[in-house]
Amino acid sequence: MPKSDIPSARTVLSVADETPTVRTLEFEDAALARAEPGQFAMVWVPGAGELPMSVMVSDIAGRAAFTVRTHGPSSRALYGVREGGIIGVRGPYGNSFDAKADSALLVGGGTGLVPLMRLITRLPAGARIGLAMGSRTADEVLFEGRARALAKGREIRIEVATDDGSRGVAGTAVDAARLLLDSGRYAAAYTCGPEPMMAALVGEAAARGVPAQASVERVMKCGVGICGSCCMDDRLVCCDGTVFGGDYLASSADFGRAWRSKSGAAVPF
Amino acid sequence: MAASLEARVGPLALPSPAMLASGILGISTRVFGRLLDAGAGAVVTKSLSVEAWEGYANPTVIGASGGGWLNAVGLSNPGAAEFARMLRAEPAVPAIVSLVGSEPGDFARMVAEFGGCNVIAYELNLSCPHVARVGLEVGDDISLVESIVRATRAASGVPVMAKVGLGTANYLDTVGAAAAGGADAITAINTVRAMAIDAEAARPTLSNAFGGLSGAPIKPVALRCVYEIASRHDIPVIGCGGVSTWEDAVEFVLAGACAVQVGSALAGGNMGVFGEINAGILRYMERKGHKSVQEMVGLAKK
Repeated sequence: MPKSDIPSARTVLSVADETPTVRTLEFEDAALARAEPGQFAMVWVPGAGELPMSVMVSDIAGRAAFTVRTHGPSSRALYGVREGGIIGVRGPYGNSFDAKADSALLVGGGTGLVPLMRLITRLPAGARIGLAMGSRTADEVLFEGRARALAKGREIRIEVATDDGSRGVAGTAVDAARLLLDSGRYAAAYTCGPEPMMAALVGEAAARGVPAQASVERVMKCGVGICGSCCMDDRLVCCDGTVFGGDYLASSADFGRAWRSKSGAAVPF
Repeated sequence: MAASLEARVGPLALPSPAMLASGILGISTRVFGRLLDAGAGAVVTKSLSVEAWEGYANPTVIGASGGGWLNAVGLSNPGAAEFARMLRAEPAVPAIVSLVGSEPGDFARMVAEFGGCNVIAYELNLSCPHVARVGLEVGDDISLVESIVRATRAASGVPVMAKVGLGTANYLDTVGAAAAGGADAITAINTVRAMAIDAEAARPTLSNAFGGLSGAPIKPVALRCVYEIASRHDIPVIGCGGVSTWEDAVEFVLAGACAVQVGSALAGGNMGVFGEINAGILRYMERKGHKSVQEMVGLAKK
């Protein structure tokens, strides 16, 4: 099935609470079911808005999912869609993580873990996986069991960080990642989450000679390289990303420093 | 002498005839640099207003069922003063600054913000089809068009282009008013008022309901407008509307355009389209024995 730029109506088939503020909505979509890790869809909640969402895996063939935290007006609307509700999807858009590493450290903050779940399914059979996950509090820890299930018998070591220290390391996903990075067991790092966290991770990985890739999120209006809202330096996150390599990111004037608001004005992180 | 891609828009000389259309990728000087490196003859900024505007809520840009794109972005922009600060920091990047406003004073005030910036021309947005009291609503008010162009012309030391579209007034009258006000060139056309309705959701898809259609479906309409303007008025015309290939660009030039603008064809990150258009035009010129773009302007009318 080719990708579509026109919002296609999809019926939400199941809704599952992941944490007190995060839900996963599943639906059938052949193209999104095959999305690569790091790709995204533009998701329309009729009458309420449209937002870019990384495509979550489903255990059921032919299905894809969105895992959404209730936050702004659009995400609150998507979070509120019930089983049987209709959403419009277009995509998948963007590039994806290079999933070739035999030993991979995955570092995700909050719903930034979504593309990393899909990445686990794409890593080589026999790959050694490290997963550092950050969340605000113990009851917001996301996808711990899901990650183990998706690893399907491959080695997976998980370290958890919480902002308030109520579980695991006190700090961000980077603080959890450091425990795994220092083991020297991982040849590549993959990250998605808040940009300052990712910028710190890219730096920590580079300091240890570990190549990193980061999936970046920005304000997106079109998702297809027309509006320019998602620009980072001379790149467009929607078309040139969402995944960028650590070497470029380390030299970027914008990554981890500034993003564009809805008006297009540069805003520091 | 080998064929040259240089294009002349009134007093303005451009290295190639295909420029970036306003509203597309128009907020970053770094992206402008990349587009100029890719072969764009010039870049036109997003339309700037006196105050910063967030634009409409998403969905703002969607594919159209018959091809092309529908948008109601709502003229989001960081405001003329903020944009001028960004341009001033990049003096090596020349820009055509698009302005949008409701009255002559808005435009004169914004031009004054761009002191010390590498602005090679202004383009007045008299044709955005989906925002109240600006754009097409201004373009439909013939006397207002003339006074806005006159005020901008008086304030500006560089050429002023007026971008017209298909509203409720006869657009040829809008062109006439812009010419009378001293416009150096006309850009035609903007997106064409349009909408999409989702059958399953049973409601308009764009948050603003109405938007503008762009891309290949409007090319024949835009081509007709350029031909008509070039036949009725003695003023340089820049063709805009669905230019996706070198053939499209050549057709617009033959219809009477001295240059073209490219927008929707950039979808999917297709910045290479400028290089493809330039190479195709050059091959065409060599095959047909044309030495300059200028000598091809309006040939289809002769």
